[in-house]
Amino acid sequence: MSRIKACFDALKKEERGALIPYLEAFDPDRETSLSLLNGMVDAGADIIEVGIPFSDPSADGPTIQLAAQRGLKAGATLAGVLEMITQFRHTHKTTPIVLMGYFNPIDRYGVERFCKDAAQAGVDGLIIVDLPPEEADIIRPHIRAHHLDLILLTAPTTPDDRLKHILKDATGFVYYVTITGITGTNSATEEQLTQAMTRLRRATSLPVVAGFGITTPEQARSASKITDGAVVASAIIKEMAATFQDGKATEKSIPTALAKIRSLAQAVRS
Amino acid sequence: MTAPHQKTNSLRSGPDASGHFGQFGGRFVAETLMPLMLDLDEAYKKAKDDPAFQKELKRYLRDYVGRPSPLWHAQRLSKTLGGAQIYLKREELNHTGSHKLNNVMGQILLARRMGKTRIVAETGAGQHGVATATVCALFGMECVIYMGATDVERQKPNVFRMHLLGAKVTPVTAGAGTLKDAMNEAMRDWVAHVDNTYFLVGTVAGPHPYPAMVRDFQSVIGDEARVQIQEQTGRLPDGIIAAIGGGSNAMGIFHPFLDDLDVPLYGVEAGGLGMKSGKTAASIAQGVPGVLHGNRTYLLQDSDGQITEAHSISAGLDYPGIGPEHSWLHEIGRVHYVQATDQEALDAFQQLTRLEGIIPALESAHAVAYACHLAPTLNKDKNLIVNLSGRGDKDVPTVAAHLGVKL
Repeated sequence: MSRIKACFDALKKEERGALIPYLEAFDPDRETSLSLLNGMVDAGADIIEVGIPFSDPSADGPTIQLAAQRGLKAGATLAGVLEMITQFRHTHKTTPIVLMGYFNPIDRYGVERFCKDAAQAGVDGLIIVDLPPEEADIIRPHIRAHHLDLILLTAPTTPDDRLKHILKDATGFVYYVTITGITGTNSATEEQLTQAMTRLRRATSLPVVAGFGITTPEQARSASKITDGAVVASAIIKEMAATFQDGKATEKSIPTALAKIRSLAQAVRS
Repeated sequence: MTAPHQKTNSLRSGPDASGHFGQFGGRFVAETLMPLMLDLDEAYKKAKDDPAFQKELKRYLRDYVGRPSPLWHAQRLSKTLGGAQIYLKREELNHTGSHKLNNVMGQILLARRMGKTRIVAETGAGQHGVATATVCALFGMECVIYMGATDVERQKPNVFRMHLLGAKVTPVTAGAGTLKDAMNEAMRDWVAHVDNTYFLVGTVAGPHPYPAMVRDFQSVIGDEARVQIQEQTGRLPDGIIAAIGGGSNAMGIFHPFLDDLDVPLYGVEAGGLGMKSGKTAASIAQGVPGVLHGNRTYLLQDSDGQITEAHSISAGLDYPGIGPEHSWLHEIGRVHYVQATDQEALDAFQQLTRLEGIIPALESAHAVAYACHLAPTLNKDKNLIVNLSGRGDKDVPTVAAHLGVKL
């Protein structure tokens, strides 16, 4: 069974949703982000999303844009990100890892080689922001061959018939982008989210997680109850980045990020 | 006189239904935008086939833009070069001073048909921003222009023009603060305001249907030129030359000639400081295929797939990509993609100004530069059309600085 499926099955028994924190690889340097990645498990992360830095992150708000720039400055490459995951897997066997990024670095690396290397590194799923289902045939066979999940995005703008159409071959879980906007800028109301879930449940039996704009423990709690999980990205990065000095990590950086994750983890468990 | 016509196996029939030109093009956007792209595609198809829309567009092009633009036989330039005769397609005579208004006029009419009330656009040199702000003033629509902070600094007169026209100009500091960063920011705005906002793309790039739609609106250049050159010389030309940043003026003049296989087409990329310098905007010559801003096309990028900064003296050519149809035309060998450096463009800028009394935009000066190189290799009875896509008044401060003149 895949780590993602095992994770959601276990959460179902606990009758709670997942906390899915995000970190940008190599932000602000490799060692810090690897330590943070390792620390996230004990802090209460159920699944971890690892961002692949890209020069032109057009769906991201200022917080993740800056994180990506710091990551690139610190020498992030796709191969480097996969090495990080390999190291993480030496000590953490069960927490699912989902890579999130834009298509061009993957395309340049080679889609087949990437899927092979990602699976070997211990990656479980891929979210490729600018690769809609209509263009995904280029990578789908390789994703299947290496038993990865292609996590599909859905949005408030996705009509019902399109939801059904794009989710019919989905695997892993479904990522619901709660707002029409960029990451870290706004948030949806409970009512909007509940209505969206009614639409999504009709279109898929997979777990659905909510992301974009979830900032506080209270929002994470509420979103993880309405859906099957809450992704928190910009809020963690923002608090951590506030501890940086001249763009470099300080001794407060990792504890600050982990404290934020602990407070979120507590909220989804209450 | 032959009119442009559709042949079987026509090179003019692309893209396919999903927006691909061979392996290029497509729709690489986040799901939030995907339903909008499908709606836009439908809306554009309907408008395109609606005689009332075409009639309205034609009226605005004639009475507001000032079309048709003339085709001028540049006799003194031709004589000086001592070879082929050069004909200039005078797009710089359009209202707002460039070919940009052809596309903007088409898209604003479409946005109105779709019931949108707010327009966002990206701009590099500011020509597309000015054209967009102009039609927003004309139709009383809210207008937000994203422009890289670096470009805001080097194109101050255009920024002020946009302000005068009532647009809000938002400087973008992300990345290098140039066109690609402005494009990212315009996409972010659009995704956050999908209900009332129309993203008015300025070139033949972006997700489908933008490359095809912008090309269609710009094809008026080639349609006119095709008739005009036959009226003046009795036959089709022996070559067509156009400068390429994203590639909209080139696509506009090339497209009606794609099936005339005897007519060589030359797209001139910005060679910047020279092809060995690494500082160019020559996506075809120095890039590899990849995905950016919603389409697969040739891109300047490093070995990790990170997009690299383009360089050109001309802010309008300073883009690390090129329209996907150009990438396809390169791959099938129908269009020759060549380069002109900053210095060659500067020389051509001065030469055309002195010999014809026409100050070209630095963008268009790249096309003139290649014509200066090609014409002497051809006989005097050969005819070349150069697309003079814009006027150079906006570039006078840049040129003065390069010539060491303090204004």
